[in-house]
Amino acid sequence: MRPASGGGTGRGALSGMVALGAALVLAAGFTGAACAAQPGPVIRSVRVVRPDQVRLVLSSPLAGTDPGNFRFTETAAPDVPIEIRTVRVEGTEVVLGMAQSLDPAGDYRLEVREPPLERRVRPSRWALLLTVVLSAALINNFVFTRYLGLCIFFGVSKKRDTAVGMGATFTFVMVATGTLSWMLHQFVLKPLQLQFLQVLVFIGVVAFLVQLLDTVLKKTHRALHERFGIYLVLITTNCIILAVPLLNAAADAGPLESFALALGSGAGFAFALFLMSCARERLELARVPSSFEGLPIAFALAGLFALAFMGFSGLDFLR
Amino acid sequence: MSAPVLEPRPPSARELILNGIFAENPVFRLALSLCPAVAVTTTVMNGLVLGVAVLLVQVLSSLTVALARGRIHPRIRIPVYTLIIAVWVSAIDMLLSGFVPALYAQVGLYVKLIVAFAIIISRLEVFASRQPLVPSFYDALGMGLGFLLALVSIGAMRELLGNGSLVGVPLVASKPLLFFALPAGGFFSITLLMALFNIIERRVESRRRLAAGAAR
Repeated sequence: MRPASGGGTGRGALSGMVALGAALVLAAGFTGAACAAQPGPVIRSVRVVRPDQVRLVLSSPLAGTDPGNFRFTETAAPDVPIEIRTVRVEGTEVVLGMAQSLDPAGDYRLEVREPPLERRVRPSRWALLLTVVLSAALINNFVFTRYLGLCIFFGVSKKRDTAVGMGATFTFVMVATGTLSWMLHQFVLKPLQLQFLQVLVFIGVVAFLVQLLDTVLKKTHRALHERFGIYLVLITTNCIILAVPLLNAAADAGPLESFALALGSGAGFAFALFLMSCARERLELARVPSSFEGLPIAFALAGLFALAFMGFSGLDFLR
Repeated sequence: MSAPVLEPRPPSARELILNGIFAENPVFRLALSLCPAVAVTTTVMNGLVLGVAVLLVQVLSSLTVALARGRIHPRIRIPVYTLIIAVWVSAIDMLLSGFVPALYAQVGLYVKLIVAFAIIISRLEVFASRQPLVPSFYDALGMGLGFLLALVSIGAMRELLGNGSLVGVPLVASKPLLFFALPAGGFFSITLLMALFNIIERRVESRRRLAAGAAR
């Protein structure tokens, strides 16, 4: 068994090396041809390495390295160059520092004056997804910094089990409504110029989906329905579920962004619920002044969490 | 009406309104619709605008439901109520954005979110769907006023402490406790006001009991 498998990997490695060698030869041929056709450096790749930094990899070192030699514009606004603050050269790599953070959803164009080169630049989609999710979940946590969904938040955060169940149900329904209402907004309301019906349509989507989920779960997953059914009913009267489609519509977000916002805010809500339920379980044992019993002390607790969450605003690179 | 002796006396307009403001204050007692109560109350004006919007939506949708209460099938009443509220919210939303655009820019999202406020739909379900037009109107008015007063009082407290001003008029040269204008400050303001509300209510209650004892 062993020798056979060893032979297998050996053969795999061998064929891999052959392929690599061929690729190298080919690549060398291509670059050689490129060099022959057009002397001077060629842009190999351009990447947004940080929101305000772009790294440029060239085939050979660049002569002009002052900021005036580069021009960076948004494709939508080609006449307004984005100011370049610093240029750092590391061999064949050039790192440009921008005066402003680039929009992760944006589309940019980088031009070099001498020698004349240009390349389209798009920040990575994954970076965008991660940025929106983290920012919705932590920096702009819906509960602690935007104060959405407070009724449910204080209602179901008494016990940890319920909090976890509610958080999971919520995240799921939020992603579903977020996606569906994005489609409706983008493909129905916007082309027909019916944006003033937003509220009506979005609440309809929420009510419809909740009802659908309730019915389907009841028929197919009895146990799941018994556990999560009551939360489903609560969802319709929660502002957080409606806020996501409204925010997306206001920002005219793309499909990925709106999905990420729904996911991030759902996760942020679940996280907040979990934290709060842990703290409130311990609060049961504490001695609270009688006029602060119940909700007032829960609010104070939420205030402390909100203070702690303010610390996340230091995650500036995500903005 | 045929047997007025057997029916309990219907609550008067004054009782209904005061019930909404004190005994069942939506924010401090029922703890419903808290999201805007924390979010927009950094100034009195914001609280006032949202409070008025909620008051209007509550009254208008209560009236609509009270008028149509025999015609809504009970199985689909919740979606129907939601749609009625959504219609009125859209109308108020457009009115506000047309007439007070500067204030609307700050509270806009929350005006739209009135649709999902539990207080409005719960009043429709508990009161307006079972009562005739006039009591429904007073109940809605009381609830709306209770909400409005709660928002304005939280707004006043936060504006005074956080900005040293009231309704935009600076009273103190400095910003005494900027903390209260911050997000976290909203939660603490509500904590303090709720506790205050509890204390006052307990005082009133014990005094009433004492008075009742003395009368006996």
